[in-house]
Amino acid sequence: MNVSVNESNISSEIAQLIEKDLVLDIPGSSLRKEALEIFKRLGLPANKAEEYKDTPIARLLQKNFSFQSPSVRSTADPASFLIPSLEANVIVFINGHYSKENSRIISPDSEIAISSLADALAADDPVVLKHFAKHADFKVDALTAWNTAAWNEGLFLHIRKNQVTKPIIIHHIQDAVAGEVVTVSRNLLVVDGGSKTTLIEKFDSCGQANHFSNHVTEVVVAENAEANFYSIQNDNGNRYQYNLTQFYQLNNSRVNTYSFTLNGKMIRNNLQLLLDGEGIESHMFGLYLLDKDSLADNHTVVDHRKANSFSNELYKGIMDGNSKGVFNGKIYVRPNAQKTNAFQANRNILLTDKATVNTKPQLEIWADDVKCSHGCTTGQLDEEAMFYLRTRGISKDTARAMVLYAFAGEILDNVNHPELKHYLDQLVSERLHKNF
Amino acid sequence: MNKDNQVLEELTSKEYEHGWTIDIETDSAPKGLNEGIIRFISAKKNEPEWLLEWRLKAYRQWTKMTEPKWPNVTYPPIDYQDLIYYSAPKQKVQPKNLEDVDPELIKTFEKLGISLTEQKRLTGVAVDAVIDSVSVATTYKTTLAELGIIFCSFSEAVKEHPELVKKYMGSVVPVNDNYFAALNSAVFTDGSFCYIPKGVRCPMELSTYFRINAANTGQFERTLIVADEGSYVSYLEGCTAPMRDENQLHAAVVEIYAMKDAQVKYSTVQNWYPGDKHGKGGIYNFVTKRGLCFGDGSKISWTQVETGSAITWKYPSCILKGDNSMGEFYSVAVTNNYQQADTGTKMIHIGKNTKSRIVSKGISAGHSQNSYRGQVKIMKRAENARNFSQCDSLLMGDKCGAHTFPYIDVENNSARIEHEATTSKIGEDQIFYCLQRGIDEESAVALIVNGYAKEVLNQLPMEFAVEAQKLLALTLEGSVG
Amino acid sequence: MLTIKNLQAKIDGKQILTGVNLEVKAGEVHAIMGPNGSGKSTLASVLAGREEYEVTEGQVEFLGKNLLEMAPEERARDGVFLAFQYPVEIPGVSTINFMKTALNQIRVHRGQQPLDAVSFLKLMKEKMKLVEMDQSLLNRSLNEGFSGGEKKRNEIFQMAMLEPKLSILDETDSGLDIDALKIVANGVNKLRNKSNGVIVVTHYQRLLDYIIPDFVHVLYRGRIVKSGTKELALELEAKGYDWIKDELALA
Repeated sequence: MNVSVNESNISSEIAQLIEKDLVLDIPGSSLRKEALEIFKRLGLPANKAEEYKDTPIARLLQKNFSFQSPSVRSTADPASFLIPSLEANVIVFINGHYSKENSRIISPDSEIAISSLADALAADDPVVLKHFAKHADFKVDALTAWNTAAWNEGLFLHIRKNQVTKPIIIHHIQDAVAGEVVTVSRNLLVVDGGSKTTLIEKFDSCGQANHFSNHVTEVVVAENAEANFYSIQNDNGNRYQYNLTQFYQLNNSRVNTYSFTLNGKMIRNNLQLLLDGEGIESHMFGLYLLDKDSLADNHTVVDHRKANSFSNELYKGIMDGNSKGVFNGKIYVRPNAQKTNAFQANRNILLTDKATVNTKPQLEIWADDVKCSHGCTTGQLDEEAMFYLRTRGISKDTARAMVLYAFAGEILDNVNHPELKHYLDQLVSERLHKNF
Repeated sequence: MNKDNQVLEELTSKEYEHGWTIDIETDSAPKGLNEGIIRFISAKKNEPEWLLEWRLKAYRQWTKMTEPKWPNVTYPPIDYQDLIYYSAPKQKVQPKNLEDVDPELIKTFEKLGISLTEQKRLTGVAVDAVIDSVSVATTYKTTLAELGIIFCSFSEAVKEHPELVKKYMGSVVPVNDNYFAALNSAVFTDGSFCYIPKGVRCPMELSTYFRINAANTGQFERTLIVADEGSYVSYLEGCTAPMRDENQLHAAVVEIYAMKDAQVKYSTVQNWYPGDKHGKGGIYNFVTKRGLCFGDGSKISWTQVETGSAITWKYPSCILKGDNSMGEFYSVAVTNNYQQADTGTKMIHIGKNTKSRIVSKGISAGHSQNSYRGQVKIMKRAENARNFSQCDSLLMGDKCGAHTFPYIDVENNSARIEHEATTSKIGEDQIFYCLQRGIDEESAVALIVNGYAKEVLNQLPMEFAVEAQKLLALTLEGSVG
Repeated sequence: MLTIKNLQAKIDGKQILTGVNLEVKAGEVHAIMGPNGSGKSTLASVLAGREEYEVTEGQVEFLGKNLLEMAPEERARDGVFLAFQYPVEIPGVSTINFMKTALNQIRVHRGQQPLDAVSFLKLMKEKMKLVEMDQSLLNRSLNEGFSGGEKKRNEIFQMAMLEPKLSILDETDSGLDIDALKIVANGVNKLRNKSNGVIVVTHYQRLLDYIIPDFVHVLYRGRIVKSGTKELALELEAKGYDWIKDELALA
């Protein structure tokens, strides 16, 4: 195994791997080649790179991954990761491979067209050709370039016009029982005009070896359409993840995103919303509950390109143990985006003196008739509230869980799907050791 | 053309009031920068060997550094070899008192509204005036000396108090801190020095006025304030420059060193020439200001009203090293036409129970870009640190930009940090309310902007607050977006 | 039931209590009065176990136990109740959930079964009547957005729910208008009985018109300097606190 710590080594090693697997003269291969060249040029972000200054991704990959062992097929039973009460289209990927026996499609093709991304590309599906790799910009971010060059399996989900669909849940399970796992996966979701859908991406893992996933999802939300998007990251402690979700929104569309990060070694989430229309409404909610030596880095971008839209963002985090939370939220209001209302808030609680948080909310405004604000706070557990609860006979642990649960509850309250809300509530309660 | 744009037009056609030049024979160095020039400056100023060495060390470091690219500003590359690094107003003899000062100079200051003569003494402000990097006169010196306060030009301090200068110069802003600080350390020509002894409360405001006069001249002054235990001083800094087509470089360094229980209040009204309405000319203002709250219970407070300069790059900061020390930053930054400002602060909490407060009000008009950039860092050992930040931006017109880049890094869980920022346009309902009460639009805007900036303006000493208010009104009256 | 001996306490290095002696027996109501800054609220906080205060000297015995060694929740479970001067707002925690958690933890401590939802709700409704509390408050976050009067009523409601042995009312009258004051006092009186003790901490005599004390103590500079019956409160009301200061100066 190569043990050098030179960051450029890891980049060229990855580039070689991509190149080795690159099959030429199939649909989409020229794009892959282009992305590979960009990856070679950019290299993984250096430690001092502004956008990755708190997440030394190159160093961590260099240190913890050999990239030599081929992804193994897993025998893991995904049952424990499913959400039993949820009536939904279930699609399961294990170590990056589609698991037909565990997947179940309940929506008719007249509502949702589901196919593998490779098949859709091969069939020259005009919708795929129009949108695939057009929104997730692989020219500026090396990890997206890597994904674009090397994605292995992926889905194309097309919600047809004027449909209200059952939710779609995609399970991304990494089984690292047999050894190191690296997966590169990719989705494209197009929600056609007037439709409404819910996509849940759930990330789970098992096994002690390190596992990394590079996952990119592009979501197009057409006129008058609505997309609810959940990302539930409840991996065991050895998952490293780069996750880009890029939204492209058109006139009068509506997007609600919910991000729950409950565990993982190094989680980097890039959530980017491009609001390329008027009358758009976007809500982004995030909750990260970290302990041990977890690192969760949420980078979000809301880019208001046109007038009369609204965005609102609320991310909250609780850091325990040696964990580190990072929040970087950008709001851009472009010159034409008059009458924009954009709000953002980030609130953090540090439970130990070893936990840290770095937040950087950013406003960049080029239009004058706007209302924008951001706020962030960092503090510890509210001692006054704790004392009050304890004088009523409530134990210290319960009081702590109550105060923390109340803090997290503000995010759960915004979940608008009853079964999911119930499931997430349980997940969060357990995570906070709620015992009342 | 609608009314708003028309008012904006009027605003942008306003002339820079301080834009006249005075004919004072200067004593300049040739263009360019090399070790020879540094030796020339040092020799001109009859400096001791140690200072020359210090400069040369800084110069050598500077040659290895690169200009920072991260600020949110753009400007054509600066040719550092095309600048004049020393330009002193020519005087036959060093002035012993005010009567000896070149009458042209006195006139300059009178035009600026700064009288160095007796009448000013009534207002109780001690003034050190710096033209093109050279201190020309300091008033009120003897009164201050009776209290043991040293307030003089930097050159004089080098001669009269070398032990203090040696000890504290570079202790807050190291020679190689950043590109412009290194450049300043190599070529600085003069500036002000101030020492407040133990337990002394300086009975009057100390003030420095800076003016760049000669063309193609960089101004590189240096201010060093040392406040000994339990002392207090309020320090004012004002800046102006004539209109010129070329951009002029200003790279100053201000260092404040506060010992146990000392308090220093530093106020700036910066009105360097901002360039014309097409963005031609103006000062590049690349300034490093930093205060070290070294002792327990010390406090440093920065207040700035930034209306001038083509480009501002400036982050007056506090290093809160002493336990229970406190840092404050109050700022109003106005940009108009093609001005660009990237300004803010850093509050580095190291000691226990340290507190900081940041209030920043940005106002952008015309085609300008106005950025707040700030960092609040709570180090591991900084138990019970507190910070509150409020960063607001006001936009006037749809061609300007307002940007907010706060960095908040917390490594101690007992810290309590609150940061809030808003961006909005000037309230139409507020303007309408004023109009309805018979107030004209220009006055209404001035009224509202002054109200918006009040929390900061209130921090300024009286005479300064009036000047700052006038400046705000002057820059912005009528600019309704 | 409560014996305080030479209690001394400080906060942030500042000595507040300088030697309090007090004995409260079951069935008694004690009023503690005193000028601002005399240490009244500190005494209440120390008894409830607020951790910012450092007890430097003295003992507090409650029902045979060393109170000062116990955690705040242990004191509460053994029957010490503090009605806060400034009840804390806790966003996101509903009053109902809060009360259920508290009551059931106390019941378990007392060897009782936790109440199920139905009996709990029934009990709540009953106790709410006592302080004429609006039911809509229960589903709201604890004290969040409550008016001053609502907060104080909520305190007495909680007292009714938890059935403490010793209740300490810290300036419960502050910020209340006369009607609210009557409601609160009425609630307290209904809860008074032979086996319970009450300590009423107040600056003004006004509350004592409604909650008649058996004993009145004057706290000054961190210790009790004068004790008497309810007449002492009337005397204080009429003459202010200065005469006590003068008396002390003479002595």
